[in-house]
Amino acid sequence: MKQFSELLASCNKTAFDLRFTKAKNWKLEQEDRVLLGFLPIYFPREIVHAVNGLAIGIMGAGDHKQIIKGDAYYQSYICHLPRGIIEMALDDSLEHFDGFVFPAICDCVRNLSGMFKLAQKGKFQRYFDYPQNFDSLIGGVFYRQELEKIIDDVYKVNGVMLTAENLNHSIRLYNKNRRLIEEIYDIRQQYPWRLSAVDTYLIVRAGLAMPVEEHNRILEEVVDIVCEERGEPMDNIRVVITGSFCEQPPLGLIKSIEMAGCYIVDDDFMQGSRWIQGDIDDTTTDPLAALTNAYLTQSTFASAVYDVGNPKGKRLVDLVKLRNADGVIFSAASFCDPALLDRPELQKHCDAAGIPHINFQYHENTGQFKVIKEQAGTFSDSIKLWA
Amino acid sequence: METKEAIKEKSMVIQKDMLAKLFHELSVTKETGKKVVYTFVPGNLTELILSFDMLPVYPEINALQSGMRKKSGSYIKEAEKIGFSEDVCTYVKCDIGMMLNGNIGPTGEKLPPPDLLLLSYTGCFTFMKWFENLERLYPGVPVAMLHTPYQEDGHITPDQVEYMVKQMKEDVIPKMEMVSGKKFDMERLSKMMLNSAKAEDLLVKILETAKHRPSPIDAYFAGVYYIGPIFTAFRGTEEAVEYYTELYDEVMERMKLGLGPVTPEGELKEEKFRLVVEGPPNWTNFREFWKIFYDAGAVIVASSYTKVGGVYDLGFRHDANEPLESLAKYCMGCYTNMNLPQRVNLLADYVKEYQADGFLINSIKSCNSFSAGQLMIMREIEQRMEVPVGFIESDLVDPRYFSYANIKNRLESYFQMLDQRKIIMAQEAEKII
Ligand code: SF4
Ligand code: SF4
Repeated sequence: MKQFSELLASCNKTAFDLRFTKAKNWKLEQEDRVLLGFLPIYFPREIVHAVNGLAIGIMGAGDHKQIIKGDAYYQSYICHLPRGIIEMALDDSLEHFDGFVFPAICDCVRNLSGMFKLAQKGKFQRYFDYPQNFDSLIGGVFYRQELEKIIDDVYKVNGVMLTAENLNHSIRLYNKNRRLIEEIYDIRQQYPWRLSAVDTYLIVRAGLAMPVEEHNRILEEVVDIVCEERGEPMDNIRVVITGSFCEQPPLGLIKSIEMAGCYIVDDDFMQGSRWIQGDIDDTTTDPLAALTNAYLTQSTFASAVYDVGNPKGKRLVDLVKLRNADGVIFSAASFCDPALLDRPELQKHCDAAGIPHINFQYHENTGQFKVIKEQAGTFSDSIKLWA
Repeated sequence: METKEAIKEKSMVIQKDMLAKLFHELSVTKETGKKVVYTFVPGNLTELILSFDMLPVYPEINALQSGMRKKSGSYIKEAEKIGFSEDVCTYVKCDIGMMLNGNIGPTGEKLPPPDLLLLSYTGCFTFMKWFENLERLYPGVPVAMLHTPYQEDGHITPDQVEYMVKQMKEDVIPKMEMVSGKKFDMERLSKMMLNSAKAEDLLVKILETAKHRPSPIDAYFAGVYYIGPIFTAFRGTEEAVEYYTELYDEVMERMKLGLGPVTPEGELKEEKFRLVVEGPPNWTNFREFWKIFYDAGAVIVASSYTKVGGVYDLGFRHDANEPLESLAKYCMGCYTNMNLPQRVNLLADYVKEYQADGFLINSIKSCNSFSAGQLMIMREIEQRMEVPVGFIESDLVDPRYFSYANIKNRLESYFQMLDQRKIIMAQEAEKII
């Protein structure tokens, strides 16, 4: 298993490399390559890939960086994610990036886009507004215009025109990426002991910091490995984690939950990579329309998207059933309005469906997990007891 | 602290009557059959709602009123009991707590349930979460969503206007027609816009009197107390125009007589400091908070919070010639929908145009829409305008986050700093002469 442990170590290194060395090296190989950084959650990376760019996920500094300057930019009652990102912007971690995209997820990220504008970080700073209207002639038109703005931003940097052929090719690659990730989750659903949640996390997160072609090769290897029996099944309960889509929980937290006797059979840690459900059509003459349609009709449930008419409570319960999970862990970043305002309703749905649940709040740099481990352990014991 | 009866001008009495009438009308909708629309202040579509003869209810106003009536603390706890985190916006929790407690409005009369939830979410994501929650408290009530694009690039584009107008035509207006049982009347809406523009002209003139020394108004405390509120619920009506005409005359008269602003304890005798304030006020201790300022002779000459319902001083007016387009532009133009560089520019202009001695931020724990980025705004203003900047923290309606002693200490040190600066500047001016 030496090879696999090497692969994991390399994913770990890439996932938490806050200087984004791999991406920068990729950019340096060709003059007209463009490096774009995007914040959580979802961003259709295909449009950048198709014009000789690489869209890299900036998921925060986690517990990998001491925050000194960043804290001076935020009051104590604002979540942790933007502090780490400002810290990175103020040192030279983000200096190779040509531009930044801030998907419409909350007011913190929205205002962070303005802070990048004020600091003139990168050649462009783009707030990417998700439409909350899902009619193709209204929200669809708007979404497409949002995509076109970013395509134009990249064009202004490298002069590369978007073609349908290139975009279809990019969609194909990302379809494959999404399919492989889902395959891993599906295998883990049946055999969660074959790949820990921490390892799954590292493998998926590394994909935000490297070219999709390379990530697909890694995922294929992982699929091959987890198709074979490995590890030992344990008497663990099966849980779904929800609420951690933006500021990421520290690895120690995920580990603690696992060590407390929980198989994490689904989660929303890397929700952006798994946002689109199913393949996007990669055969049309208008692939921008295909991407638009995918956002309108194939988006997963998320706190950033208006859910009246398609309630996320029901969708969470469906996911729990699909994954044959015993319970839900609500795990959200402190001061995260989107996640925390969704929680009571999601809990109500779980209660109505008889699904047990507990909840935690964390900071990306939380260092103490004893209480969380104890809570998760008690949760696991109580489920086993009543099962 | 003692609660003396506040001194009131004629306009304040008129405003009180107008609001009382609205809340009374709301309490008897069962009998009158009038339909009720719950919606938000920033980016409100008041004229459109009124053009269908429906009545608006603004949950933020209920929340702030609950704060002023010292009810918010218990409402917030109610919401926390059912699972809302301590960390989230307290306006939402206060509103939900109020509903769980029988939905009694500011005048003590019960508020009717909504017939339509109009989610025009401008400048704040929490609005969206708020209405997702309301939709569940009132199952089956139709929801009209009006997504307002952010002015991320610092201007409003024709595509964005078109997007909003399409949403109004395809979703908002049909739902209003369905709920009210009335056909949309563009002509009526258009006529209302004439009234809106008249009231907007007057409002801007009133706010701009603060450029005068001494300022006849306080553009923050009085701004939210009696200058601004009528705008939201009554814009587009004759009464709103009459109210602002009366208020304008009153303020002009004060200015002619060289009088300072009206405070709850009478007129401010000496204007010592002129400040620009960013951020919402605290409502749970509004009078105490205000008193710290007027006791020190500090007058707020311009504020950003009074612009959440529209930044009319930048020139925008509702336009009778393009009613829907102008509603779209109005929504997108509200203060919290402006990007950070625009916000900094606006505040810097205020410091300059209103000849402010300092810039102060009241940072609100609840409100990421305002608070995230404020420390950077402060640095920018300090660097660009070279005025002393101050920073205090409180909350809108959660009394647990209003520390009187702390805020008073901080403000007093800030005022001392302003005082010293004035002395130094006067000495330097003397040297030059
Ligand atoms: S953690 Fe929550 S509040 Fe913070 S930036 Fe992310 S979505 Fe916004
Ligand atoms: S976050 Fe701020 S703007 Fe949004 S609802 Fe709360 S108080 Fe209002």
